[in-house]
Amino acid sequence: MFDKVWLIPLFPLIGFLINGFFGKKIKNEAVIGGIGTLMIFLSFLVSCGILMQMVGLPPEQRVFEKVLFPWIHSGSFKADMAFLVDPLSVVMIMVVTGVGSLIHLYSIGYMHGEEGFYRFFAYLNLFCMSMLLLVLGSNMLVMFIGWEGVGLCSYLLIGYYFHKKSAGDAAKKAFVMNRVGDFGFLIGLFTLYWWFGSNHNIWTVNFVEIKAASHLLPYGGVVTFASLCFFLGATGKSAQLPLFTWLPDAMEGPTPVSALIHAATMVTAGVYMIGRMSFVFVKSPETMMVIAVVGAATAIFAATIGTAQNDIKRVLAYSTVSQLGFMFLAMGVGAFSAGIFHLMTHAFFKACLFLGSGSVIHAMHHALHKIHSNDDAQDMRNMGGLKSTMPITFLTFLVSTIAISGIPGFSGFFSKDEILWMAFANAYHGNLNFVLWGIGAIAACFTAFYMFRLVFMTFFGECRINPKAKGYLHESPLVITIPLMVLGFLAVVGGYLGMPKLLGMLPNYFEHWLEPVFSLANEYGSKYAHHGAHPSHAVEWGLMGLSVVIALVGIAIAFTMYVRNTELPGRFVASFPTLHRAVFNKWYIDEIYDYIFVNPCKAAGQFLWKGFDVIVVDGVVNGVANVIMGFSGIFRYMQSGYIYNYAFSMVLGVVVMLGYFIFK
Amino acid sequence: MENLNSYLIVSALLFAIGTIGVLTRKNVIVMFMCIELMLNAVNLTFVAFSRHLGNLDGQVFVFFIMTVAAAEAAVGLALIIAFFNNKESIDVDDVNLMKW
Repeated sequence: MFDKVWLIPLFPLIGFLINGFFGKKIKNEAVIGGIGTLMIFLSFLVSCGILMQMVGLPPEQRVFEKVLFPWIHSGSFKADMAFLVDPLSVVMIMVVTGVGSLIHLYSIGYMHGEEGFYRFFAYLNLFCMSMLLLVLGSNMLVMFIGWEGVGLCSYLLIGYYFHKKSAGDAAKKAFVMNRVGDFGFLIGLFTLYWWFGSNHNIWTVNFVEIKAASHLLPYGGVVTFASLCFFLGATGKSAQLPLFTWLPDAMEGPTPVSALIHAATMVTAGVYMIGRMSFVFVKSPETMMVIAVVGAATAIFAATIGTAQNDIKRVLAYSTVSQLGFMFLAMGVGAFSAGIFHLMTHAFFKACLFLGSGSVIHAMHHALHKIHSNDDAQDMRNMGGLKSTMPITFLTFLVSTIAISGIPGFSGFFSKDEILWMAFANAYHGNLNFVLWGIGAIAACFTAFYMFRLVFMTFFGECRINPKAKGYLHESPLVITIPLMVLGFLAVVGGYLGMPKLLGMLPNYFEHWLEPVFSLANEYGSKYAHHGAHPSHAVEWGLMGLSVVIALVGIAIAFTMYVRNTELPGRFVASFPTLHRAVFNKWYIDEIYDYIFVNPCKAAGQFLWKGFDVIVVDGVVNGVANVIMGFSGIFRYMQSGYIYNYAFSMVLGVVVMLGYFIFK
Repeated sequence: MENLNSYLIVSALLFAIGTIGVLTRKNVIVMFMCIELMLNAVNLTFVAFSRHLGNLDGQVFVFFIMTVAAAEAAVGLALIIAFFNNKESIDVDDVNLMKW
């Protein structure tokens, strides 16, 4: 089965080609959507087969490299089109194809009747192919193709409604910000390649070979530089500080896109990349600290913004940024498997949340459309009381919200608590641990608050939608609710794969599963980590209890503010107007970036256009043309068009030449 | 052959007349005849030198030139007729399609 790994990216590619080239002619939505969904589902089946086989193998045999064909062989440089099957990539392909299939299915219902239906499915398939290349690539170049491919598809899908200027702007913003990160990725790649080649004559970009040679890497120094460059790439792709502002804007795309690309899969590519190269990152204590600090800062920063947004998708977008911050925090404190675990559970519950919000928007849009109202279908202030009209959406949404808030028994609790515990108890950052844990805990509190705020505003209270539209609200069709139910189910049970040892009911399958991938990194880490006192079980129990209390506090605040006493938020805004304005305007980050980067760039562009291009470049080009025109104005008189003139010049030439030979 | 010079002078005169004719006349047929005149001036030179040097190569050359001249006359006259059919004129100033 391992041998068939190349089928996994191939199926979506076929789907892309069929829908991309013939979709316009096929026209039938069921066929187009069916092809798109079937292709990714076939990939899912192959992935399941690979997972089954891998489970049956002893841990040390779980690495397999499939070389599809030689790609670039030039001198000592070798890069093959090759796929790497190991526990980490298997987790990723399961998430991508599994969640991907559900979202494709959902899209059939959600995108029904949209113009360019075929285009949507073609892009979605292309995205899946790129993402699968990214996670399966056995060397950095194949990974980079996927890395760029998902960026491109993200651009195409954010700009799906390209006739809207805001969508086009958002797409461009996402693309440009990703390019900033990609630049870091490339520099990191070159640095590693160059260092291994020039110092040890190992010219390679292959992960397996780099891993085998990683004991040669020094601690700090060049590794710090390379890994920070890679991390810059990760911040771009995974929307971390300082490159996170594109993700909230990316909500301009259709909701299934937000669910698949901007929540479950693409934005986790940075986390995956750090996991894939954990043995490089862990060799630089400085980078580990930067990752942990950036992750924690992003988690709290985005969470605060999420508390004041009114657009249902924007709240979820900031929530995604915040949760990605948690994953990076996990990576930075050396809890690699916890980070990947949170990636997986987050993919379940956040995809479910996004699809649920899509279901709500779908219903709202439909109802508002019926009465020809221009009210915003995504604004939570127009919603409320939807739990009776949309029971399935409500239930799955509630389950996922509980999961993300970290209530015991649901998946988010296990993964988030593991991260917080590792932030507290890791051996890397000394006294910084308390800060990291504290920030993480506060961010978790905010998470519970804004998520329940969302639920209360959307599903509870009285219905604030235009009364005329009320009768048109209804539950979404099965093709939309089935994915919701499956994801809701996964959001509950997904966590039991990685139960903390402390609870002791089930072994931590997940950590055990990824152990062969991260054991080397942990070994490197232990070389310099502080071997301080290990906190006792009592502390762990205490912290676990504390994080539950924190989540409950967040929920309680949300309940008081948005259900019990609904004028409280207004009073709060009135008493802290500045604070509210700052949070509501996303701490003015976009404005700051505009001021520091965008406007100077525009001014420079203006100068280069009006100053350099028009005067210098055009001046040179036009000047050359003018000089030639001037000379030809003189010489054109030679071209009289009279034969005797030409004949005369010939005769004259002959006479001169003869004269020269005779009289010399 | 004592008097080579006089032959050469005659041939030079003929060549000059031919050249001036080509340069000054507008009638294509006249120009054509002037070209023939120039060719035959050259022929005369060839023959004169051939006699003078006692070498037959020059006279052989003349035969070739006359053959080529005959062929050229055939092609040239055909062109003139074709041109006349199009323009109702054999004035060289009317051959100006390629003029800029």
